[in-house]
Amino acid sequence: MKKRDQVWDAFLAAVPYTIPIFAGFLFLGIAYGIYMNSLGFSAVYPILMSLFIFAGSMEFVAANLLLAGFNPMNALFLTLMVNARHLFYGLSMLDRYKGTGKKKFYLIYGLCDESFSINYTVDAPKEIDKGWFMFFVTLLNQLYWVMGAAIGGVFGSLVQFNTEGLEFVMTALFVVIFIEQWMKEKKHHSALAGLGLSAVSLMIFGGSDFIIPAMMAILGVLSVLRKPLEKMEAAA
Amino acid sequence: MTMSVAQQIITVAMVVLGTMLTRFLPFILFPSGKPTPKYIQYLGKVLPSAVLGLLVIYCFKDVNLLSGSHGVPELIAVAVVAALHFWKRQMLLSMAGGTIVYMLLVQLVF
Repeated sequence: MKKRDQVWDAFLAAVPYTIPIFAGFLFLGIAYGIYMNSLGFSAVYPILMSLFIFAGSMEFVAANLLLAGFNPMNALFLTLMVNARHLFYGLSMLDRYKGTGKKKFYLIYGLCDESFSINYTVDAPKEIDKGWFMFFVTLLNQLYWVMGAAIGGVFGSLVQFNTEGLEFVMTALFVVIFIEQWMKEKKHHSALAGLGLSAVSLMIFGGSDFIIPAMMAILGVLSVLRKPLEKMEAAA
Repeated sequence: MTMSVAQQIITVAMVVLGTMLTRFLPFILFPSGKPTPKYIQYLGKVLPSAVLGLLVIYCFKDVNLLSGSHGVPELIAVAVVAALHFWKRQMLLSMAGGTIVYMLLVQLVF
């Protein structure tokens, strides 16, 4: 097969998987653009920030950072805390991103929640190039997000219909992906640990501080479970 | 706005740097040319399910069980998503169904 066909086929294979993200990101991106607009920023801000940061929740936080006093170190550490979950995505994708060549840089650059969950759970059809498939999933996701932010930033003040609750589409996506992963795996220790420990951590530490303790608890429990889990694996 | 454009650029650059550190660090620490430690391989295998669980909970970080609607619309909508998905296993249907139910609940009921 010619290279161009291979790339085009991967693009066509990736599109359907990104349609749910299209709906979610376009909406959330528009919401972000409107939000920036309401804070008094021109459309250039949401467009450039969605392009370069490409981490949804952090872009909302960054808007507030821009309105507060100049404190770059604070900005850096806050970002590390909010985005610490990406460390786990990276560890999970070490293997999958192997052998993807130069595309690997962009795959890592665009490793947001949504790209991670699709690229981790979806296996590209056999005849499709895996690297290009994941590349286009990531690229399309970012395209939707930047498009949304641009639309929201430019036309922000004109939106009229009641969109309250539409943001739930992202929650629905993660619930569906969690269930898919659940149906695929034989043992649910890890899924249950992630769900349970995060929920407990959220109750104890609250919405803005729960991620780091949750990650540490997950890491701790999975490390303790390593021996018994590997024993079960060997026995099975 | 109190910041100058240069200060704004530096602030956004710090956010970009922080985000990229969290994304690139695992790949820098464990390059594909060298064998990855067994423990890290194990984590790479078991972490994803746990992280997807974390992501689900992450969506509920702004839900307050003690006030407002007590997280009831969220719980109902998640149940709808799960039920639809176990029944038909069609991603778009499950998502659209749950989201429409959620929008109706927060706009009309709660």
